[in-house]
Formats: sequence, structure tokens, C-alpha cells
Amino acid sequence: MDNELTALGIIFTEYYYWSTVVFMFLIHVGFCMYEVGASRTKNHMHTLMKNTMLIPLVTITFFFFGWWIYFAFPNGPGIIGGLVEAPHATIYSEAMGPHMGAGEFAGWERINGVFWAAFLLFSWTAASIVSGSVIERIRTSAFLILAVAIGSVFWIIDASWGWHADGWMVQLLGYHDAYASGVIHAVAGGFGLGVLIPLGARIGKFSQSGKPHNLNPRNPWLVTIGLFLIYTGFWGFYVACNIPMWDVQAGDGVFFSATNIYLAPTTLSGITFNFLMSLSGGLMAGYIVSKGDPFWTYSSGLAGIIAASAGNDLYHPIQAMLIAAITVPIIYKMHFWVENRFKIDDAVGAVAVHGYAGFIGVVWAGFMLWGYPSSPNPEYATINPLGNFIGAIIMFGLLGFLPGYILATILKKAGMLRVPPEIEITGLDIAYTEQEKRDEQEVIDAERQFVESR
Amino acid sequence: MSTGNFENWAGEISEIGAIYPFVGAEWLFAIAGVVFWIWWHFKQTKIENQQFNDDVEKYGDKETLSKIVSSEDPENP
Repeated sequence: MDNELTALGIIFTEYYYWSTVVFMFLIHVGFCMYEVGASRTKNHMHTLMKNTMLIPLVTITFFFFGWWIYFAFPNGPGIIGGLVEAPHATIYSEAMGPHMGAGEFAGWERINGVFWAAFLLFSWTAASIVSGSVIERIRTSAFLILAVAIGSVFWIIDASWGWHADGWMVQLLGYHDAYASGVIHAVAGGFGLGVLIPLGARIGKFSQSGKPHNLNPRNPWLVTIGLFLIYTGFWGFYVACNIPMWDVQAGDGVFFSATNIYLAPTTLSGITFNFLMSLSGGLMAGYIVSKGDPFWTYSSGLAGIIAASAGNDLYHPIQAMLIAAITVPIIYKMHFWVENRFKIDDAVGAVAVHGYAGFIGVVWAGFMLWGYPSSPNPEYATINPLGNFIGAIIMFGLLGFLPGYILATILKKAGMLRVPPEIEITGLDIAYTEQEKRDEQEVIDAERQFVESR
Repeated sequence: MSTGNFENWAGEISEIGAIYPFVGAEWLFAIAGVVFWIWWHFKQTKIENQQFNDDVEKYGDKETLSKIVSSEDPENP
């Protein structure tokens, strides 16, 4: 910070990430509105509070250990090396607080908080994805434990492995997932599926004979605004996945560019093309395949972006659009096939929209970007179909489905997972609504007394 | 007396480092933070369990549940 140019670079970076965090906050406003809109009236408050409280729980645990995991685990540990020293990201580090910089961390102290917050907002997203699928029957206490697990442990392990310039998956597999099709969406979708199996379906979702019933969104306007806000926050998410300014010129010379998370060059302009074209491809395919169902059309826009995100730093915009348009019918059909075949009650289709679309998106990138460098480091494996396919399995299966299933099964065995069936019938807000009625009655009684006393 | 590392901004700013109070006690902050986090989970679980037990007792009998189900209106869900 001792000359204007250096200071400008650091303060611009600080502001850049800060502004992405504000945009990404809208994702969570959107998730809250969307989930409440999708739940039945008798469960609105419980649904809202369950999703809201993941915000502080994931925040504090991401401060305690999530941020450290990202920097400490790129080697596995135990796959290509040991734990990596990450003194700037430990809970007790001076760099994890207001700091004037220029100390032992070479100025990192100045941007640590905003970079941490950008990743934290990804963490909230991972937990929120799971939140939607389990509404109307999970205990808040159980969900918040699961939210900490996916938001501050499992997704950030996969980020360290496959979304870090030196992650072992990038080095050995050539794994490429620039805007987190697998790193956030597949892992959260897989985790959600793992939880849904022990959790079971909502009472009334399936008939005695196993026929599925539609529990339609109760407030389509909340769902609409919620999903539009999620789209809006997704812009911030894309920008937050980039490094705003980096010297990408190998050897002699200097060339400053925006880069993806792997420090490979890209442009904000390019990813803007692809974001909008994949959104459009998803919406168009969703409208056709769902015959104009608003819920699925909006969700398909999201699924379209997710399907193209792994390679949206490099795709041509029409490629991004077509990838989205081809993927959406597949995930739509898969959602209903899994629902019918395995009696899985995914209340908002999150496993399909995030999990299946994310998985397929990673696989797409392996084929489409076959032979591209996965990193500026020429010694790392190049992008290839097998590497990305293995990566998709690690994301969805190993770090998503498996921990979700194991943790939810443990909670179920402890009797902590699901609300009592009586409460599910009365509605999870029963205490709140009954108190509300009593409050209203007291006000009416007081008004009556006032009128009678005149 | 100052709880911080510095008493004015007149020195070398780059040498000030962390600017929060009680620099050097980060381990204590960490322990306090983690204890608060774990306590919160236990407390929230206890409150929720108590609430559900009370609700089941009040509204969980077959008659009340039948009344609730039969009052549900497909025209106004």
C-alpha cells in the first residue's frame, strides 16, 4: 500500500469481492421466498426460519474451520501430499480480523475478509440447496447440523480438491469446473439425495399404492420473485468465481486479465455471454418439456446455467445455450423417474436442478474442453472426459450423497431427524398460529371492552 | 491505557498490524466462539424438542387430527 498503483489494485480487489457478496446475498433472499412459496401455509414460518438460521450457523463454522479447510486440503491430505500450511485462515490468525496489512501474510490480510465472505456465500448456497428439498418434515435442529456439514465441511473439501489452483483433482485428473457445476451444485444435490432417503416422503405425497401426488407451490408469486432473485444473485456468484486482475503472461512480459479460479485467463464479457445464453437455453427447454409449468420453467433456467457452468469460461455462447437446452429435459425426466421408482420426495426438485444438472455439466465440460489446459501450470493434466467424469462422481457421490446419507441415518437412529407425524399433520407452525389466534382474540376483546365502555 | 496495539495513528501504519482490541488473545476468542456454537445447538435442540412434545400433547389426539384433516380445503390449500 506504499504506492498508488499497488493500493489501487488491492482496494479494487477488496471492493470487487465485497460487491459480489452483496449480489450473492440476493440468492438467499430468493431461497427464503422460494421455499416459503413452495411450502404449505401451515408450514411457512418453520420453513422460513429453517432456511434463515443456516446463515449464522454456516457463517460462524466457516469462520472457525471452513476457510482453513480450503487452503489446507488441496493435497487431500494423503492423496498427493500432506496438509498445506494456511496460517492466514486459522480461527486464531490475526489475518482473520480487521488488519492494516503488510504483515507476515504479504498483504493478504487486506482482502482476507472479502474473499472469505465470497466463499461463505457459496457455502450458504450449498446448504440452501439441501434446505429446499427437505421442507415440511425435517427438524430444524437436524437440518442445522446437516447445513454445517455441507456448508462448512464437505463442499469446501471438494473446492480444495477441484476448485483450487493446486487442487489434487486439477493436477491429476485435469478437473475443470470454472463456475462450480460440480463443486457446489452436484455436491449439494447429492447431499440432499442422501438426506432424503432416510428422511422419507411427506405424509400425503404418495398414496398407499405408491402413486405420487403433487404438492403444488402455494404462492406462485413468491416462487417467481424468489427464483428471479436467485438468478440475480447468480450473476454475483459468477463474478465472485473470478480473480479480477492477474498477470497471466507466462515467461517474459506482462498481460493482466481476469482469470477463473484456476488462475487461467477468461473475461467478464465472455462469461456474461454464456450466463445469459445458458439461462435462455434452460428456460426454453424447460417451458417445452414441462408444457409451460411456471415452477419447472423457472427452475429449468437455473438448471440450464448450472449445466453449462463448468465450462462457461470457455464455451461459445451457442454451445452454452445448447448444453443447457439438452440437459434440462434429461434432469426433468430423471426427477420424475426417481420420484416414481424410489419414492423420493424432493419438494422443490433441488436434487434434479442442482445435483443432476451439476453432474451432467461437469461431464459436458470434460468432452467439450478435451485437451484444453486445466491450469496455467503446464505440468498439470489437461482437461479430459474421464477426469471430469471421475470428478463428477467424487462431487455428487463421495462428498455429497455419502456424507448426507450417513449423517441423516445417524440422526434418524437418534430420533432427531424428522418431526413427529402429528405435527406434520397439524402443521409445523401450530404453536405459532395458535399463539397468533390467542393474541388476535386478546386484541379483539380489548377493542370490545373499549367500545362497550363508551 | 489502550485495549489495542496502538494509541494513535501517527506511527508507521503498515507496522500496526491487527487493529482489534486484545490482540494476542485469539485463542481465547476461538474457544469462546466454539463453546457458544456448540451450546447453541444443544439449546436449540432442547427448545425444539420441548415445543414438539407440548404440541403433540395438545393437538396430537386422533380427534383433533381428524378435525384438522377434514378442514383442509382443496380450493384454498
